[in-house]
Amino acid sequence: MKILVAVKQVPARDSALKADPSGAWILDTDLAYEVNEPDAYALEESLQLKEKYGGEVVVLTAGPESAARAIREALAKGADRGIHVETDDLHGLDSLATGSLLAKVVLEEKPDLVLTGLQSDDLGYGQTGVVLAELLGWPHGTIIMEVEKTDTGIRVKRELEDGWFQHIDMPLPAVLAIQSGIRRLRYATLMGIKKAKTKEVKQVKAADLEPSAASSLKLERVYAPEASGQCEMLPGDPKEAAASLVEKLRFEVRLL
Amino acid sequence: MSVLVYAERSEAGWHRMAREALAAGQDLARQLGCPAMAVVAGHGIGEAASDLAKQQFDRVWALDHELLADFTADGYTAALEALVKHISPDWVVFGHTYQARDFAAKLATRFGSSLVSDVVRVRIEDGSPVFVRQLFQGKLHADVRAAGKGPHFVSMQAGVYRPEQVMEGSAPVETLPLELADGVVRTRPQEPFREAENAVDLTSAGVIVSVGRGIKEKDHLPMAEELAKLLGGELAASRPVCDNGWLPMDRQIGSSGQTVSPKLYLAVGISGAIQHLVGMKGSKTIVAINRDPDAPIFEVAHYGIAGDLFQVLPALIEELKKRSS
Repeated sequence: MKILVAVKQVPARDSALKADPSGAWILDTDLAYEVNEPDAYALEESLQLKEKYGGEVVVLTAGPESAARAIREALAKGADRGIHVETDDLHGLDSLATGSLLAKVVLEEKPDLVLTGLQSDDLGYGQTGVVLAELLGWPHGTIIMEVEKTDTGIRVKRELEDGWFQHIDMPLPAVLAIQSGIRRLRYATLMGIKKAKTKEVKQVKAADLEPSAASSLKLERVYAPEASGQCEMLPGDPKEAAASLVEKLRFEVRLL
Repeated sequence: MSVLVYAERSEAGWHRMAREALAAGQDLARQLGCPAMAVVAGHGIGEAASDLAKQQFDRVWALDHELLADFTADGYTAALEALVKHISPDWVVFGHTYQARDFAAKLATRFGSSLVSDVVRVRIEDGSPVFVRQLFQGKLHADVRAAGKGPHFVSMQAGVYRPEQVMEGSAPVETLPLELADGVVRTRPQEPFREAENAVDLTSAGVIVSVGRGIKEKDHLPMAEELAKLLGGELAASRPVCDNGWLPMDRQIGSSGQTVSPKLYLAVGISGAIQHLVGMKGSKTIVAINRDPDAPIFEVAHYGIAGDLFQVLPALIEELKKRSS
């Protein structure tokens, strides 16, 4: 099974984020980046599917030069090769525009399966996989917790709301948006990191792909949310704060 | 100009967010000064359509076809596509449910449009809507506008509108004849199932101590457990903690876990991503302990301690022990 997994690099989770004073985006100098967590799970599932059924895992990312690190990490974990669509303006693209970029690469690579995380931790549109599938004319599944090959394609386990699940059968090729937690994530081994250096990474300029769609959504202004002011912050060192919380729980919440 | 709102059904009738979406659609239409219509899809949905017609809409559309008996993204996209082509609404509104996440963007793509997903606020500026969305798990917000002539597609986050905001009235019902080709639906959904009945029903707990990513490792859980015990409550967690296998999935609070509203919800090391907030923001008193004073969890909390949980929790445990002795 040839699998293409689309991953995105996003600011590290514990980053202190500030909006750019112009409101165009965030102040992104000095930020640490990491692989978008749901995408890390999509990569893990890709690698396990390859281990079970054989084939190839191609990791695809779009983003600035620094996003190459996301590919290296995936290669170190066991992906076979990488494709980097270079663009400095990924946050200015909506899902349709991003999907159009990725679709061009997928059409060239012709994988059996495209996997991606179900949403990104930065823009959080949560639809790149769905848009990509529609542009390709392929079926898709979202919020997927299990993937297994069948005689006619694949059977996936989709998470529904309130603790319900559902199996869905679909033919290949298909696109799946993977839910976090589908598998335990692996770490790259030293050997893997060494090997990654010899693996092929293809660079493509976004403009050269001539995507079929431009963005139809405009990010007009990025800003810090207005504080509602309802939260009473308890001051002091941990001991003092803990003591005043217990007081509040006793006399205001009347719980203790 | 017009607004079309999608009313999602569930096994038991209406999806719990259907009425919120209807209220959102009515409100958007009112603000834009244009007609509002609602649509329901399925097979044998006469009763649902008449129920929908008891709300204030200019028309209720029924999309009835045997291929729509079970939800599939393929089938529902094709059906909605036919209706959108037929009535050319400018705005199509969804609740941001698991079902919408599976097909609303597909529908939007079919019209060369993007879905404005997971919207937390809408306002009208210069005659057109500006949508507020959360970025970076709620750390920042963004104003988003839809360019071009549409149709445009929007999904509203849970809790932005209240179900009781739906205005009642009466609407004519019309069924759109659908021609769905046999090969349209490529996926075969099976019967929904539950893994196992939830061993713990957190919905009846009066006090919940809930831990997030900030707890860092499994070995730190006993501390939170002790706190829960001292408060006479249950231990729960946000999704990442359960993803890591530190606590069983049936102790998860949030959109993919349980929805709770205890007397006291103590969020420890939880940043407050929306997927978690929807599962607990109805709690009577919310206390948040987090080292990032800008964490979104403080937006829903009543009392907050900005500090290192590994110092605050032991201090809190000691303080509670002092009281009880």
